Amino acid sequence: MALTTYVEAIRQGIWEEMEKDESVFVLGEDVGIYGGAFKVTAGMLERFGEWRVIDTPISESGIVGAAIGAALMGMRPVAEMQFADFISCAFDQITNFAAKSRYRWGAGVPIVVRGPSGGGVHGGPFHSQNPEMYFVHTPGLKVVCPSTAYDAKGLIKAAIRDPDPVIYFEHKFLYRRVKEELPSDDFVVPIGKAAIRRKGSDMSVITYGAMVYVALDAAKELEKQGIDLEVIDLRSLLPFDKEAVLESVKKTNKVILLHEDTQIGGFAGELAAIISEEAFEYLDGPIRRITAPNTPVPYSPPLEEFFLPKVSDVVRVARELYAY
Amino acid sequence: MKSNIMTRDTVPPITLPSEKTLLDMFYYMKLTRELEFRIERKLYRQGRIVGGVYVGRGQEAIAVGGCVDLRQDDVVCPSHRDMGAYLIRGMSLRTILAQYMARKTGATQGKDGNMHMGDLSKGLIAFVSMLGDSVPVAMGIGLSFKMRRQDRVVLCFFGDGATSRGDWHEGVNMAAVSKVPVVFICNNNQYAYSTPLERQMAVENVADRAEAYGMPGEIVDGNDILEVWDSVTRAIQRARAGEGPTLIECKTFRMTGHSAHDDAGYVPPELFEFWEGRDPIKRFERFLMDRGVIARPAIEELEGRINREIDEAIQIAEKDPFPEPEDCLKDVYYEE
Repeated sequence: MALTTYVEAIRQGIWEEMEKDESVFVLGEDVGIYGGAFKVTAGMLERFGEWRVIDTPISESGIVGAAIGAALMGMRPVAEMQFADFISCAFDQITNFAAKSRYRWGAGVPIVVRGPSGGGVHGGPFHSQNPEMYFVHTPGLKVVCPSTAYDAKGLIKAAIRDPDPVIYFEHKFLYRRVKEELPSDDFVVPIGKAAIRRKGSDMSVITYGAMVYVALDAAKELEKQGIDLEVIDLRSLLPFDKEAVLESVKKTNKVILLHEDTQIGGFAGELAAIISEEAFEYLDGPIRRITAPNTPVPYSPPLEEFFLPKVSDVVRVARELYAY
Repeated sequence: MKSNIMTRDTVPPITLPSEKTLLDMFYYMKLTRELEFRIERKLYRQGRIVGGVYVGRGQEAIAVGGCVDLRQDDVVCPSHRDMGAYLIRGMSLRTILAQYMARKTGATQGKDGNMHMGDLSKGLIAFVSMLGDSVPVAMGIGLSFKMRRQDRVVLCFFGDGATSRGDWHEGVNMAAVSKVPVVFICNNNQYAYSTPLERQMAVENVADRAEAYGMPGEIVDGNDILEVWDSVTRAIQRARAGEGPTLIECKTFRMTGHSAHDDAGYVPPELFEFWEGRDPIKRFERFLMDRGVIARPAIEELEGRINREIDEAIQIAEKDPFPEPEDCLKDVYYEE
């Protein structure tokens, strides 16, 4: 069976939902004739026509606002941010209009706002960001960050079917590097459920997105040194799978929190607080964070390599924690 | 240069609405005026309102004239000075007053205050404080009508101040590009809080901006309900016919402060005097009496009815319960 890339998995997921449900449509910059900057919407214009695959002006706030309006009328819009960095332009519509609508007046806003996030491709400060925490801090939103092709497809389908606004962060480094055989049935990955990517007994690495692969590579290296890592892929950040995190920590008693986002206000801080509140007595060592430094994402290869958490960082911290 | 900016000289002559519509207009304008008078000048000052109060005194003709002939399946995005829209679309006085009193029976069950009310079953989209946000939202509502080949329209109201926001420009442009059935209605009341128009924009009229976006723009006397009705009616016809959006600028004046706590000391008194003479309700009353549509006794009867309706609603709303504290946690997300 053919292997499906992460980017193709997203495309398939949207495509299948559009085939199944006429209220699903996509809108964004260059999503039509061009098929999207990363080709997530390639071929959709020809199949579904210009009223379901809408090329918009460069107006991120307008795109999300229009998605909200259509969603209030019963549609299921999937709005593309050409780069997740540009979601800042739509921040107000997402956090004030979409996120609070159900709470304020009972009107659900079933939109998906999706876009490529993350570094590793020398995109520089405005094509590499990880903006997830702005939205994780906003009650009323859901935030997902798939790491595999299976999850990319299963989560986009879940996001489209979800009755609430979902912010779907793809990782552009994974688009064509990650591929797998996908089942042919109509599967969904539930929002809010983590996955254990590697079972282990010595310590847990809790992570998401492209850092899952950094953790797995580190685990291979550490295995040779007799250290057995468990790798938990959160998949969803809001809501996140607290039970899976606590269960793993209670089993291994040591934990590393790893993400590509910067440190202050990053998801690791939230996880650390919950672990210390709810699993403190199970801990045999300090909670350790491995994150990007508190800087913008730099452009030049040596700078970006310095910025991104690496396998060697995980190996070093794991050895320190193992020895603790 | 202003080829598609229509003014009174260039628009077709006013056609008159039916007598029923004329009487509806009169009732809803008077109801709006009295309801907001009670809220702002009575209940608020008596400490019976929770939080801020923003009214549209002097601007009643705009929301009422715009919404009075809408179809049930049309949609309205009101702004915070468009009480008439809520009344015409069927939101009850009790629901509105309970909203202002932060009761569980209010339009948002105590989750939000004052004019932040919505009800999808009545085609009312809840306003947010970030002015202009509902402009792209209205575009999306119109887009959904166009995608489903429905001949519904959406009216989107905002003030002159909102037209300074980027969302306004993005939404208006996108609506024009996609030719969606939206009528953009600006209540230009000349002040954005304390900032006068000339500190908001360098063009003379909000409607001048229509040309830049490739849609018709029209300027009407916002204190003349028949002008508003006539202009909106034609814009709705255009929208239903698939001819796209229109920007209607209703020139009016905010006959009060920005909110109930603002004494508007920055507004020259002669402006209030000038606009007092152009009061939309008094003008329309004279028109109706001159034409014999209504006479003094019937007006007094109507005023009595309005007072009774509001009195009753205040009594009921005030006895309504506050939400339970734990309701704070409800409805952030869909609950089965």
